[in-house]
Amino acid sequence: MAKIHSIETCGTVDGPGIRFVVFTQGCPLRCKYCHNPDTWIMKDGKDTSIDHLVEEALKYKSYMNYSGGGVTVTGGEPLLQLDFVKEFFIRLKKHGIHTAIDTSGYIFNDKVKEILDLTDLVLLDIKHFDPEKYKNLTGVELAPTLKFLDYLREKDIHTWIRYVLVPNLTDQEDAISGLSKHLSNYPNIDRIELLPFHQMGGYKWKELGLDYSLKNTPEPSSAQMQGAYDLLKAHNDHVIMNE
Amino acid sequence: MNSAWNDFNKGSWTTSINVRDFILRNFTPYKGDDSFLASATEDTTKLWKQVSKLMLEERDKGILDAETKVPSSIVSHGPGYLDKSIEKIVGFQTDAPLKRGIMPFGGIRVVENALDSYGYQLDPNTKEIFTKYRKTHNDGVFDAYTEDMRNARRTGVITGLPDAYGRGRIIGDYRRVALYGVDRLIEEKTASKKQLEMDYMEENVIILREELSEQIKALKELKQMAESYGYDVSLPATNAQEAIQWTYFGYLAAIKEQDGAAMSLGRVSTFLDIYIQRDLDLGILTETDAQELVDHFVIKLRMVRFLRTPSYNDLFSGDPTWVTESIGGVAIDGRPLVTKTSYRVLHTLYTLGPAPEPNLTVLWSEQLPDAFKRFVAKVSIDTSSIQYENDDLMRPTYGDDYGIACCVSAMPIGKQMQFFGARANLAKALLYAINGGVDEKNGTQVAPMFAPITADVLDYDEVMAKFDQILDWLSQLYINTLNIIHYMHDKYAYEKLQMALHDRDVLRTSACGIAGLSVVADSLSAIKHSTVKVIRNEAGLAVDYEVEPNSYPAYGNNDDNVDLIATDIVKLFMNKLRKHKTYRDSVPTMSILTITSNVVYGKKTGSTPDGRKAGDPFAPGANPMHGRDLNGAIASMASVAKIPFEHAEDGISYTFSIVPKALGKDMDMRVTNLVGMLDGYFHDGGHHINVNVFDKETLIDAMDHPEQYPQLTIRVSGYAVNFVKLTREQQLDVINRTFHERA
Repeated sequence: MAKIHSIETCGTVDGPGIRFVVFTQGCPLRCKYCHNPDTWIMKDGKDTSIDHLVEEALKYKSYMNYSGGGVTVTGGEPLLQLDFVKEFFIRLKKHGIHTAIDTSGYIFNDKVKEILDLTDLVLLDIKHFDPEKYKNLTGVELAPTLKFLDYLREKDIHTWIRYVLVPNLTDQEDAISGLSKHLSNYPNIDRIELLPFHQMGGYKWKELGLDYSLKNTPEPSSAQMQGAYDLLKAHNDHVIMNE
Repeated sequence: MNSAWNDFNKGSWTTSINVRDFILRNFTPYKGDDSFLASATEDTTKLWKQVSKLMLEERDKGILDAETKVPSSIVSHGPGYLDKSIEKIVGFQTDAPLKRGIMPFGGIRVVENALDSYGYQLDPNTKEIFTKYRKTHNDGVFDAYTEDMRNARRTGVITGLPDAYGRGRIIGDYRRVALYGVDRLIEEKTASKKQLEMDYMEENVIILREELSEQIKALKELKQMAESYGYDVSLPATNAQEAIQWTYFGYLAAIKEQDGAAMSLGRVSTFLDIYIQRDLDLGILTETDAQELVDHFVIKLRMVRFLRTPSYNDLFSGDPTWVTESIGGVAIDGRPLVTKTSYRVLHTLYTLGPAPEPNLTVLWSEQLPDAFKRFVAKVSIDTSSIQYENDDLMRPTYGDDYGIACCVSAMPIGKQMQFFGARANLAKALLYAINGGVDEKNGTQVAPMFAPITADVLDYDEVMAKFDQILDWLSQLYINTLNIIHYMHDKYAYEKLQMALHDRDVLRTSACGIAGLSVVADSLSAIKHSTVKVIRNEAGLAVDYEVEPNSYPAYGNNDDNVDLIATDIVKLFMNKLRKHKTYRDSVPTMSILTITSNVVYGKKTGSTPDGRKAGDPFAPGANPMHGRDLNGAIASMASVAKIPFEHAEDGISYTFSIVPKALGKDMDMRVTNLVGMLDGYFHDGGHHINVNVFDKETLIDAMDHPEQYPQLTIRVSGYAVNFVKLTREQQLDVINRTFHERA
């Protein structure tokens, strides 16, 4: 059984091709710009059997095959439900389906390593490159995420890095530049995705009765996006900027 | 040997009429990308500017001009030109561009009505001739209709029937004009007639002999028409320009003679490519010249016009003509039939900008070259002007030289035609099942009287038993109605030119259709899986239903609990249609296609057990109901792909709208994902898909500022329209439909 927030039958933005996306429930981070705060509390999730998820995912196999897609587990933090992810991926691999995990890299242990053996792609979210600011932004330490990234390099696991540009929060040039240089040491990174902060998750904070500190934060301008893009591009080939 | 055929590989096509054989022996497959394409020439741009101006004027006035006296025939009007000095391909239906002809053989009142609605008056002499001396198709049909048929037509349980307009959906093999020249075609027809000097002249032989005589006359008129433009089409075309011009003359003769709802072109691109390639190889044509010829041809196809009544426009909104051109597909020998001219024709959406006509239809196969798949996906994303149909699904039945008539109806070119039958309203039929055959809107007994359902909560088994009974009645009435219509159409408005470009013996289908599939499937799912309470009026008639929204599995979410109901209904009704005797032994088939009549059907249908309120539009074609497909685009596609083609061989139409962002982050990913979606959908058995890629905001803005969007094109049900030409009601219907914001 897994605690699931929701399913998207086929996503196009969480990894390559058309993907069956599972949003798991529960997250140890409390990012200030989180657009899915409704996935934080594990017990709020819907109990869902692995059989059901595999059966549902297989309905879309043709679409995955032809588009070079697969299944992505995201959240929340999928690595809070290690037994589920492992079993799910074992079952998917039997059907030759490409697997991806979208994670903050905060949780790292032997079980995670077993899962990574079954993972074709990791979408690693690095929220900030300044340890203090990272902690302030997420409520947890940056170091585990960087160790996680080291392990991905060691195992040569395909990795996409995601960085969200939030004005006044994650837009410090030295931090982005530092991240840019750091990432250039990882040949396993296929691409870096620069995503603009958006206000679309704001209403969820309100619905949940949470205090949303970014109420008045603007979405980044295209000039700001371009600036961050240039910094990342200075040391890395494959940087993708979302519209 | 004919010098027009120099450098062509010979085969059986030289001794018998066989365009397919000519194509397969001579076409040059192309697997590369679009980088070879040339842009529009100055002359093309100049011509298109003139046309755009005329079209703008037309939009403001409704129609640009109309004939009021002389009935249209192959030789009635012309020649007409746009700018004679620079037009490479010539010919209009009347003596002036966009001027609409009149075709009273279908029905004189329709002509009078249509003229009247635009402020024109029918010439009294013409009216007298077609009232006093010459009977029309429309008169014939109403002479023979039964009371039941009139009732069913009035309430709209059967609607959109071609009893007051041309049936269309017949594709002449216009390529024959270019490949063989008209004299050879006349020879063949004369020989065919000679074969029919039988010992006993029975009815079908007499009919065929008369038809062949008509066909020969039409071919002679085709020569005469071409002559008025200074061309002699009695002999085969000798170069690319002539091949295109000859083919267009064949088509032009057809649209001067008939105003069928859908006057489709067939499958000419790869045929014409053979001539273009020969001229390129000979060095007498450049790529720029080739594109110019194709552009000028397409400009003509964009200018096809028919005079229609306002009630017709309600059914088929936006002035469509369905000049459907089928592009691509794969030959039975495994070679993709994609040529450079497949690209050139699609490229007109850039050289001339997006447009609804010709109705460009890509026959999709897994085996199409990857570069071509990516090219068409990009064109779709840029222009929303293409529809796709599953060649891998159709090829086993229709071979590799079929075309699409209208939206989704496949037919081998020159070998098969259909008796178009519009559609039966299955949602209304379901209400008849509940109300004992009484119409829920006007309270009259339409179907034979039987006990209505009196329970307060609907029971699935009881409803299904009565629904089955109603469908028995409806299917019989439907086929009988079509028998009358097509008997009279053959008698009073026979398509002599189009049939002259067919083999002597053709396969005919009785093309039935259904509307309201998703309403019926959801209603039955609600009755089965939730609680549907009946609300009755004083007369005891069920007029409304109470059901919790989202309390039942809805069609469009890839859920077998309801999707199998939809597939069962299709099979059930088709099997009933198969039981009845048809006119000219035509084979019954069925489509799930509404065009834009989903709005009219909805208007005529009371509240339904799925929670849809009286008057609300149905979903178009085989689409899920708006806002009920909640699992994303692919789940919706997957539901539609389950509808069995073997029981809906006349086509299953699905219209899909997605915002660009939901397809992926950049053009490259969007193209990859759209190609993947199409491959996946068709691999899983989907038959047809319209692809629209834009933001809802664009449409809303276009409603308010139509002048800024003269060429904004959207795919509706099986065809494309200029969005700004739709009525406001239909614009809102399009906007209210599900736009997938997540893939």
